[in-house]
Amino acid sequence: MNIPVRMYPLVILVTATLLAAATAPAVADGKRKPSPADPAWQEECGSCHIAYPPRLLPAGSWQRLMQGLGDHFGSDASLEPQRAAAIEAFLVANAGRSKDGVTAPPLRITETPWFRGEHDEVATAKWRSPAIGSPANCGACHTQAERGSFDEDEIRIP
Amino acid sequence: MASRIVLFQLILLLAAAGPALAADPPGIVPATQAGGDSGSFSAGRGEQLFTTRGRDWSCATCHTADPRNPGRHTVTGKAIAPMAPAVNPERLGDPAKVAKWFRRNCKDVFARECTPQEQGDVIAYLRSLGK
Repeated sequence: MNIPVRMYPLVILVTATLLAAATAPAVADGKRKPSPADPAWQEECGSCHIAYPPRLLPAGSWQRLMQGLGDHFGSDASLEPQRAAAIEAFLVANAGRSKDGVTAPPLRITETPWFRGEHDEVATAKWRSPAIGSPANCGACHTQAERGSFDEDEIRIP
Repeated sequence: MASRIVLFQLILLLAAAGPALAADPPGIVPATQAGGDSGSFSAGRGEQLFTTRGRDWSCATCHTADPRNPGRHTVTGKAIAPMAPAVNPERLGDPAKVAKWFRRNCKDVFARECTPQEQGDVIAYLRSLGK
């Protein structure tokens, strides 16, 4: 297939768009309806940070994460086994799509290609500002993050 | 034997810290409820533990040095409601929740679980704070 040189920018744009769509979790545009909520997930996963919506990581990531709650990014987030199992089932049932061929599933939402792509305009200094503190603090900018909504229109960067 | 007595007192303390206590006059902890400096628990020791730095953090790192103030998670930045029952009646109301957070946070701060004595001291401290 011969593609005229003047068409190259368009080809690159289309390819990039398709790639971005393929690597995005179920809800890249933040416009779709929030994931179903689960009281145990809301309470246990929403204490130290917002209860991150299950769709933001693939099932394999949630399974790995739930097996390591004793050292959860440096903090003890251990739970009774039965409660942990119930929450894991909820996370897996509502997880995002996994990307075929990826080695280990990421544990941090902020390490997914999707997250990085969506936030590439946010400078490192901005993340560290007192009003935000960390990329884990979704609610600092996504005003409706607590209810699982990340709509562009709801973003207020402090 | 002594540790069993302390454990028993802690259970009483946790039970006594239930919703019924929310109505207690601020800063007054009846001796029967084993708060303040009564029984074998000491609010002063609790305060000291609360501000003692373990590995990287103390309790006060996230909860501030005055548990009547709202805190902030030092890693995630999420707001934490005040720990003192006088300003946040939901605190200390659920013994299972209290046990869960002592287990986790003592490991975070001191890399070990806190003893029943230490837990009782901290509870006595939190309950000794008025509005």
